[in-house]
Amino acid sequence: MLMKELTIQALIENIPAVTDFVEEQLAPLHFSRKAMIQLAVAIDEIFSNIAKYAYDDNGGEATVRVETETDPEAAVITFIDNGEPFDPLAKKEPDLTLDAEERKIGGLGIFLVKKSMDGISYEYKDGHNILRIKKKPGQEGQKTGK
Amino acid sequence: MAIEKFTEENKMTIRAGGRLDAVTSPELGEILQAIPADLTELVFDLSGLEYISSAGLRQLLVAQKQMNKQGKMYVEGAGGQVLEVFAASGFDKILTLR
Repeated sequence: MLMKELTIQALIENIPAVTDFVEEQLAPLHFSRKAMIQLAVAIDEIFSNIAKYAYDDNGGEATVRVETETDPEAAVITFIDNGEPFDPLAKKEPDLTLDAEERKIGGLGIFLVKKSMDGISYEYKDGHNILRIKKKPGQEGQKTGK
Repeated sequence: MAIEKFTEENKMTIRAGGRLDAVTSPELGEILQAIPADLTELVFDLSGLEYISSAGLRQLLVAQKQMNKQGKMYVEGAGGQVLEVFAASGFDKILTLR
């Protein structure tokens, strides 16, 4: 297993740097285009949550750890921050049947992440929020599901 | 992301390409803030959109709610991940896809 970490200010504007970093680590593997897009969206949802909610106005850092397995191929990406304890998985699932006037976006992002990843877990340990996602490479040309 | 906006009389077309995510969706939000009060048709052309996250969905919902008050809104050209996210989130029922 290979492991690499990036520690960066938890700011929305740093999301592209995080995405680039993850894509770089996965380049030697054979992830489908669909899987890479799903990962980019997961990074957008998770890192923007940290940027918006983990810290007060003074901000703070987040660490993104990428672990890759080659046999069989898989990626585990761990997001670590030192902010307020927050378990995004504890949130109620959004009601997908409401009309436009009643719909809320809160909780929808993490719901989409759960649906598109092969695994997700959260723990609060030693003052850190630790959110971990796992993704398998998928198959080229795959249309539905994971 | 590239956002282009065309207005013809009371109809506006917004073409969004690339990624509609937490980084780029505020740009779309600014355009939506400035929707003229006499606009009766808003069309989103998403044929060049690579992917959308919940931040992008939020802006489409803002637009839909606004156009429910003053006219019609259509979403064209959605494919791939964008269409899958619409289906997974129930947005295929909220938006008028064509």
